[in-house]
Amino acid sequence: MSKIAKINRRDFVKLFGLASSGIMLGCNISSDKKDFIPQVDGTFTPNLFVQIKKDGNIIIIASRSEMGQGIRTSLASAIADELEADWQYITVKQAIGHEKYGNQNTDGSRSVRTRLEPMRKMGAIAKMMLITAAAKKWNIKEIDCKAENHFIINKNTKEKIFFGDLVESAALLKIPSDENINLKKVEDFKFIGKTLKSVDLHDFTHGKAIYGIDVKIPNMKYAAIARCPVAFGSVKKYTKNKAEKVADVTDIFDLERLKPPTGKFFGMFGGVAVIANNTWAAFQGKLALNIEWNNGENESFNTEEFKKILEERVHKKGKLVPGSRGNVNAAFKNAEKIVEATYHVPFLVHAPMEVPNATAYYQKNNIEVWAPVQDPQTARAELAHFFEIPIENITVNVTFLGGGFGRKSKSDFVVEAVAISKKINAPVQVVWTREDDIQHSFYHATSAQYLKGGIDKNGQVTSWLQRVGFPSIVSSFKPISDYASGFELGQGFTSNPYQFHNFRLENVKAEANLRIGWLRSVVHIHSAFGNNCFIDELAFAAKKDPIQFHLELLGKDRIVTGKSKFPYNSARMKKVLKNTATNANWGKKLPENHGLGVAIHYSFYSYVATIVEVSVLHKKVKVENIWTTIDCGLALNKDNIKNQLEGAAIFGMSIALYGKISTKEGAVEQHNFFDYQMTRMKNAPKIHIDILDKMHEPPTGVGEPGVPVIAPAICNAIFNATSTRARSLPLVGFGLV
Amino acid sequence: MLPVNINLSINGKLHQIEAQENMPLLWVIRDIIGLTGTKFGCGVSQCGACSVLIDGQLTKSCSYLVSSAIGKEIFTIEGTSKNLEFLRKAWNDGNVPQCGYCQSGQLIAATSLLNSIENPTDKDIDDAMSNNICRCGTYTRIKKAIHKAVALKNETL
Repeated sequence: MSKIAKINRRDFVKLFGLASSGIMLGCNISSDKKDFIPQVDGTFTPNLFVQIKKDGNIIIIASRSEMGQGIRTSLASAIADELEADWQYITVKQAIGHEKYGNQNTDGSRSVRTRLEPMRKMGAIAKMMLITAAAKKWNIKEIDCKAENHFIINKNTKEKIFFGDLVESAALLKIPSDENINLKKVEDFKFIGKTLKSVDLHDFTHGKAIYGIDVKIPNMKYAAIARCPVAFGSVKKYTKNKAEKVADVTDIFDLERLKPPTGKFFGMFGGVAVIANNTWAAFQGKLALNIEWNNGENESFNTEEFKKILEERVHKKGKLVPGSRGNVNAAFKNAEKIVEATYHVPFLVHAPMEVPNATAYYQKNNIEVWAPVQDPQTARAELAHFFEIPIENITVNVTFLGGGFGRKSKSDFVVEAVAISKKINAPVQVVWTREDDIQHSFYHATSAQYLKGGIDKNGQVTSWLQRVGFPSIVSSFKPISDYASGFELGQGFTSNPYQFHNFRLENVKAEANLRIGWLRSVVHIHSAFGNNCFIDELAFAAKKDPIQFHLELLGKDRIVTGKSKFPYNSARMKKVLKNTATNANWGKKLPENHGLGVAIHYSFYSYVATIVEVSVLHKKVKVENIWTTIDCGLALNKDNIKNQLEGAAIFGMSIALYGKISTKEGAVEQHNFFDYQMTRMKNAPKIHIDILDKMHEPPTGVGEPGVPVIAPAICNAIFNATSTRARSLPLVGFGLV
Repeated sequence: MLPVNINLSINGKLHQIEAQENMPLLWVIRDIIGLTGTKFGCGVSQCGACSVLIDGQLTKSCSYLVSSAIGKEIFTIEGTSKNLEFLRKAWNDGNVPQCGYCQSGQLIAATSLLNSIENPTDKDIDDAMSNNICRCGTYTRIKKAIHKAVALKNETL
């Protein structure tokens, strides 16, 4: 750290550093039993979440990465609430990647779900110790003291002592054991369940927040890498004379692919690295390279053909997936009506506004990295593996992430930076161009689905057959994973919320010819699209109102218990649907060329329903309104949740209208935002978010569950407006945008 | 090519630097001068993350040569102006940002809008702000905050 602190001490201390005075409370939340391990002040042991200084200022450590989901504020507020702190005294600092913080992998919409209680305990412990310190001073019992707004109060005399004035005596006390920790009652919450603005607003609005790409190290070089247009291809030969002449380019060399061991890590592609004195020169040098590639085994991969292949496969029998029940074929024979449809979702890319980048300094037996990573511990372990350096000699500093969406879970860009730093013996920042980001990602998989449903004469669904094929995420960890895995199918396929007596799910082969990764809401994008579009088709065939039809299919109130801490409760699903219908005034008379569409989905243990209103004029779709209701259990930070769902609506719209990665001869055809488009303000609808208040339920996912419902609700709304079914995304390819 | 000496005025402060004449202003600001509030997003004028004002004119600094900025006044997110301060206050009141990365560009574009239209309509805002991408999708809040900034400004008049 010292070498960093020299150049910009204030910013780096703010981001990464820790002063060392006051009491520190550590905990080992990664171990099952010994939850809390006492830590003594004065050491630079980052095994801590709360630090109280003599001036009353409190530093709270954020162990999860901040990528826009507001986690730094949310988890800090839980600690501050139990601590009875005055929010004005709170500063949040980002943890480095280290297993002592417990799991830091920021994905799966689970930070609040898994960390709310441990963080509350961190606050509660601090409060208990301050109370004990005050009680000793007054020579009274602890029960005669209480904490309130940064003071400990003597209930009998109303005397009070400021938190800061208790720091020295509290630091000498024994840390209470887990079973003695009392957490606040829901009714007494001061911050939890309310609205707190982001602790980072000032930095965000002044250009002061330090993202990975903003890190500057003395004598740092910049690097750009030319990678093979086809996934896993390699350099055959290259000429660098033109690139060498680019001003400020200092070095050019090829990089070997680093192949991860089966089952873990991400490795890196390899290619030709251009080192320069600034980012732009590195980019220019890269453009001036003349490289001949060995395209390798993926060179004939064309997504148009693959779409046809997948669609053919889903029209033939696939592998039966466990969880299927009843006899669909017998039920089809007795059905009054049969409905069939095939759906398609293309490959997608995350395209966070901040491109992948990392800064690294490799020195002898030591690596330090500064990077926007969602999963700093995996990055650290991966570096230890590839560079054969003891893990304790590797520091991964987590910066702000300019968006993540799953892309920054994969630490390939970190490995690249370290490999280059090692080679040039200097600190280096690797920056991807936007084209690199679009063309060399870990893509959200394409999918095809075939659905067949049988309806009886009362309009009841008697059978449901669903065949699905998509390249598996597992393929990025294990070669030849040609079928979607069980954990993927568990995302909305085997776990759909409907009660079908005859239900059959089949899985068809789908090879991976690109790197496959996860993108915000993952397989739920496919399952919510197939399920909701097809239910809309069945409702139409059954001549029923789609919302009524959904409610019937959700069945009687039931709670599906299992091993999960979060059992599925159909009543909650129905409630969000009814609530959304009311908010959207479902059934109202619509203007000409307008249509309403509905979708519901259960993901990351949260219940979501969305209604979309579109207008379609001259075959052009405009999304006018989006109403979303979420039941995410305890809503930790309300306005932040609202912001997440507003954003999810826009993100989902980008998927529905524009998102498509295609390949020709193995190479991705899109380049930048002009051909991989995003929803812009002029296309943005009015968004109406409603959060159901469930303070007594445990908190569930927020970042992702708002996404999967958007595309099917839009397509259903288009049908309502035009009687035309859009079954293949994106709509821009359908001539509708 | 040898670098040339260039004087740049950014937020009222003069910077004497050496750079290639054909280097985009964005990278001079970020990598040579070290002001990192102005962001790289696409490099081809598509996303607006790199927005700055040059002599008051909204400009994508990723596609603007540094040599063209000589003798002009450059305004970045690290600067301050009346309209930008009202916008910052409104951004704060509306808890606008998510990841925050695009917000420098959004605030500069909004500053430019308020500099030219005192009381913009929704349509004015759509037109002015649609060159700036927010992947987190904070458009609803940005629009609201621009109206709020106008209201805040009118209150002080």
